[in-house]
Amino acid sequence: MAENKGILVYGELAGGKLASITTELLGCGRKLADDLKEDLSCLLVSDTVGEASKEAIAFGADRVYTVEDASLKQYQADSYMQVAEKLAKELSPRAILMGQTSIGRDLAPRLAFRLGVDLATDCLELSIDPEAKLLMRTRPVYGGNAQATFSSELMPQITTVRTKAMSPMERDDSRKGEVIPTKVEIDASKIRTKIVETIKEEVAGIKLEDAPVIVTGGRGVGGPEPFKTTLKELADILHGAVGATRPPADNGWVPSAMHIGLTGKIVAPDIYIAVAVSGASQHVAGCSGSKNIIAINKDPEANIFKEAKFGVVGKYEEVVPAFTNKLKEILAG
Amino acid sequence: MPINMIVCCKQVPDPEAPPAVFKVAGNKMTLPADVKPVISPYDENALEAALRIKEKTGGKITALSLGNKLVRDVIKKSLAVGADELILLEDEAFEESDSWSTAYALATAIKKIGQYDLIFCGRQAADWDAGQTGLGIAEILGIPAVSVARKVEVTDGKVRIEQVIPDGYEIVEVALPTLITVTSELGDLRYAALKGIMAAAKKQPTVWKPADIGLEPSQVGAAGRHSKLNKLFQPVKEAKCEIIEGDSPEEAGANLAVKLREAKLL
Ligand SMILES: Cc1cc2nc3c(=O)[nH]c(=O)nc-3n(C[C@H](O)[C@H](O)[C@H](O)COP(=O)(O)OP(=O)(O)OC[C@H]3O[C@@H](n4cnc5c(N)ncnc54)[C@H](O)[C@@H]3O)c2cc1C
Ligand SMILES: Nc1ncnc2c1ncn2[C@@H]1O[C@H](COP(=O)(O)O)[C@@H](O)[C@H]1O
Repeated sequence: MAENKGILVYGELAGGKLASITTELLGCGRKLADDLKEDLSCLLVSDTVGEASKEAIAFGADRVYTVEDASLKQYQADSYMQVAEKLAKELSPRAILMGQTSIGRDLAPRLAFRLGVDLATDCLELSIDPEAKLLMRTRPVYGGNAQATFSSELMPQITTVRTKAMSPMERDDSRKGEVIPTKVEIDASKIRTKIVETIKEEVAGIKLEDAPVIVTGGRGVGGPEPFKTTLKELADILHGAVGATRPPADNGWVPSAMHIGLTGKIVAPDIYIAVAVSGASQHVAGCSGSKNIIAINKDPEANIFKEAKFGVVGKYEEVVPAFTNKLKEILAG
Repeated sequence: MPINMIVCCKQVPDPEAPPAVFKVAGNKMTLPADVKPVISPYDENALEAALRIKEKTGGKITALSLGNKLVRDVIKKSLAVGADELILLEDEAFEESDSWSTAYALATAIKKIGQYDLIFCGRQAADWDAGQTGLGIAEILGIPAVSVARKVEVTDGKVRIEQVIPDGYEIVEVALPTLITVTSELGDLRYAALKGIMAAAKKQPTVWKPADIGLEPSQVGAAGRHSKLNKLFQPVKEAKCEIIEGDSPEEAGANLAVKLREAKLL
């Protein structure tokens, strides 16, 4: 087999544009490729890729492989795997970077096992070991209670990267690169699953991932109501969004799309207000990138106070309305 | 049609133990003795998914666990809640497995079990949080797999799955046999009834060593890994939380607003 060279970013599209995770992967992939003095490629798979291939170059790719096919409109493991496997074998990169997104989580393990190589998921930091030229991949383990660095000599070294963990490069439309349309015959007989229906449970208002302020309710708020009243009022005056820990989502108090953490959404707002949240490591994993965490909890020993910049110890039913009213006054005046 | 189901259950240290008790020493996670092992929470959800199918459609549930020195009281919970059989891949040689060597041994054991329509795994184990073993087993067995399921139903030889996606869910259909990874939205594992606990106490798990599934010790555990653990560590956090006080909780709340303005956060 050919020698493995270069970094391949497995790209994703969102609304016809490059997804933000892909710009982040290109940012970190560019650094790794430069350290290795090798190339950075990006693979884009969809029914139509369009302008996103130019975006990928502007964000750092030297080459963009586009695979377009009507059957690739929606992600399905058995069709996308055909593309990923073929390109991984043909391009034989040193490393493949994917996002720790719903696609990456599903595709990366299948690809790693299909190719018989190693995978490190949900990485926060990547670097090149100068001697062995191997990727040093650091990821949280034990729910975020520790971190571990892994390496593997098997090529390609497949890695998924947590959203918002890496910074994209400044977009530069003058960057030069090559777009390589690539044909992959999708064998429909190999697609064993059928998507019968897609149900969107979109939450009204600002998207959690984009909100500058998030007010998150934990199990301690006691039920579905406060998410619609006390917490929403606070979020509204700060032009923010309401989020939740996992228990409110598991209990059906809120849609699961609102849940933040290791297995939910990863957010990094300017202000993160955690209300009746204990601060379990698995939850903090999803919000520790926030600039300022503010905690309101009746238990002074709650772990969330170890993460927070400001805190109030007290029952949220008493603290939050007064906090909201005072904010209203301040913001009006 | 009775369904043959296998549920992969991993024993892990209680992931909800307070963060302060997790300590790294000599590249290993050490926990005080009072932190009890549990079945990894998503595997409990997976067990619940299987139990619901057994209730509705009928079938057999085999719980399968790989490790060493598995605590019987912990892992036999699977029997107490209604699994019919428990198979342990238990041996020193299985220690320090990674996702690859775990999936390889589990898939090999599943081949030995032979009859399976549905294999359930948790979406990720609560110790190493890898989230790959289930999909890996499906690849090795060459069967389809659907990840992050919040509901699973079997009708007419087909499985109907609600798969969680970023802003909602998808209804996916797939033929048997298939592998499914389960998420917490599916619902908590039921409590064991007294009758179940008593029946479980009488049952003994089947224990398989590497040789019993036709593997050499060099193919499993630490020796069969694809990844090398270079370093396990705990980044230091400078925790500095300013607690805002007041004569009453209401006053503290109002003072918090004032503080945020002073700190120019608003
Ligand atoms: C593998 C794995 C993955 C996980 N992934 C996630 C994830 O992605 N996201 C996530 O959130 N969790 C996740 N969890 C669960 C996590 O471990 C915790 O169980 C969960 O985050 C706890 O949520 P909580 O803080 O809302 O509830 P609790 O831990 O029950 O805390 C409730 C808090 O509310 C306080 N409180 C109660 N009443 C009041 C009141 N009236 N006023 C003020 N304070 C009050 C209490 O003092 C307490 O601190 C995961 C767990 C595992 C094992
Ligand atoms: N040692 C094990 N024994 C039984 N099942 C396991 C083991 N390791 C992993 N699994 C299964 O695979 C899932 C995903 O594990 P992981 O890839 O380690 O996150 C778990 O939720 C279990 O269902």
